[in-house]
Amino acid sequence: MTTNNDIWVFVEQEESKLADVSLELLAKGQELARRLNSQVCGVLCGARVEELAETVIHHGADRVLLADHPELENYRTLPYARVASDLAREHRPYTFLFGASPLGRDLAPRVASALQVGLTADCTDLQIGDFESKKEKRVYSDLLYQIRPAFGGNVIATIVNPNTRPQMATVREGVMRRRDPDTSRKGVIEKIAPTFDARELVLQVLSRETRESTVNLKGAPIIVSGGAGIGSPENFELIRELAHILGGEVGASRAAVDAGLISREHQVGQTGTTVRPRLYIAAGISGAIQHRAGMSESSKIIAINTDPHAPIFQIAHYKIVGDAAEVIPMMIRAFREKAK
Amino acid sequence: MPYNSIVLVKQVPDTHNIHGDVMKDDGTINRAALPAIFNPEDLNALEMALQVKERYGGAVTVLTMGPPTAAEVLRDALYRGADRVVLLSDRRFAGADTLATSYTLKCAIQKIGAFDLIFCGRQAIDGDTAQVPPQTAEKLGIPQITYAETIVQLDANEIVVARAFPLGKEIVKCTLPCLLTVVGSANQPRPPSARKMIEHKLAATPLEYNTLLSQWQEFETEEKLDAYLAARNLKIPLWTADDLAVDANRLGLNGSPTQVYKVNYVVLETAESKQIPANAEGVAALMQELVKEYIVG
Repeated sequence: MTTNNDIWVFVEQEESKLADVSLELLAKGQELARRLNSQVCGVLCGARVEELAETVIHHGADRVLLADHPELENYRTLPYARVASDLAREHRPYTFLFGASPLGRDLAPRVASALQVGLTADCTDLQIGDFESKKEKRVYSDLLYQIRPAFGGNVIATIVNPNTRPQMATVREGVMRRRDPDTSRKGVIEKIAPTFDARELVLQVLSRETRESTVNLKGAPIIVSGGAGIGSPENFELIRELAHILGGEVGASRAAVDAGLISREHQVGQTGTTVRPRLYIAAGISGAIQHRAGMSESSKIIAINTDPHAPIFQIAHYKIVGDAAEVIPMMIRAFREKAK
Repeated sequence: MPYNSIVLVKQVPDTHNIHGDVMKDDGTINRAALPAIFNPEDLNALEMALQVKERYGGAVTVLTMGPPTAAEVLRDALYRGADRVVLLSDRRFAGADTLATSYTLKCAIQKIGAFDLIFCGRQAIDGDTAQVPPQTAEKLGIPQITYAETIVQLDANEIVVARAFPLGKEIVKCTLPCLLTVVGSANQPRPPSARKMIEHKLAATPLEYNTLLSQWQEFETEEKLDAYLAARNLKIPLWTADDLAVDANRLGLNGSPTQVYKVNYVVLETAESKQIPANAEGVAALMQELVKEYIVG
């Protein structure tokens, strides 16, 4: 077994389109690799995806490990985990990064468990730095800092894996910036010929349908979000109306999604989409860290809540203590007046 | 044919209801102000297991790992219809990350014995990692179906499951045994049954005997209480590391490769903040300001 400082990225593709989060990770991987004086390696699995390997290089990989096999056509946990685990066992990279997508969250824990290494979920940042273990009285240099909001409070935790390799993490989509492809970049493509045994092929995909999101929270300049404090689906219509007349997008807290007021793709926060709009209006949202961590960088924040101690008010530029169901119609009226 | 199910559940702090009293001014959390609850999607997992039992027969065993107070979610599971519950609790399990947790659960599942299906909630609301179920499936060497919403078909040794993602659906067919993680949209969990609550009112783990004895002095000693509960199937088994075939180095903090390097109590605060009165004049002035500063309009 050799160890090295290489940064591995599992590159997700569906129907020959690379996932945004993978492109973001390749860009971040380059930054980490420069710091460690090492290489970025993309692991690409699929059937007839060979032409994508060049694109992976254009987005930041120095090397692509390409597993092209008919059994890898649709994503399935066991064959994909087999390929990823075998490659990681053979090469022992320094880190192995996955998107925190449904696929990454299904695959990464399976691989980490097989390799018996640590895994940190849903990171919002990755850095390189030293770690002093007081227990072992030694300093580990250049570890991967896996940074994520943690526990329902206002905390950001930095996690390290001092002794196991690869250091594994899943990373949220949208928190890292991808780079434009550089078609002049050159890299090495290595083809892998995996074999599978029958026990790894016990699951069959009978049908699969995906749809493009009709919600564009990431790019919206104005977002009007509703929380559980909105109360009813009828009141949620007020949120939609305000968003519509301001030319913005509708967002929501997890509590509103869990209460069935709106679909999950509208969810803002740690477990939803991270946003940085020009204006963010939080109506009936108390402001759990999962939510605030995902919108605190908005340029202007208006918070409306009946509880004057709601955490959302700590980050609001404009605080309105009151019932959103009454305040929102006032905002709609006031804006219509202005527009006249 | 009957199917034997195991449901993995977790007691979690209710992070969905963070109110002003929970957050202290220095950014730390007043944990005591957060009630401990049955992890919401674990209730969906339990409901799916109970529906399989009602339709095909078999038994539902609920397993949790946690502090002694985690017995509360096990009693709740009994009230809703679980046949058998087990508490995994030991100081040696404490401080476990997801890898050590999955190892401990795997050892406990092997002790439970033969099973056809394992049901878990998609993720727990305290950590939101969704890692333990796939890690446990890997250690058991069985396939997993995450994001399970509906069991479309269950026939002999084969299951057909509809998976629901934020942006899509998938139907998969798989052989048993396998592990499912269940999403919140899967079903409406049944409430506790009044009859079962009365039946299982005294259900307790040996760790709770002290408390029970102070309430029910007629039992006099722990031995008498234990005999009474055991005879009525009200004794909740407590398994420690000594009850499992485990490698102690893979448990708890020792078995956890991840370490918390630091925790930053970030007080997210704005430098400037304006209070706007919740009336038509206040709101109109605010909208005017936003238009003037080209933030809207």
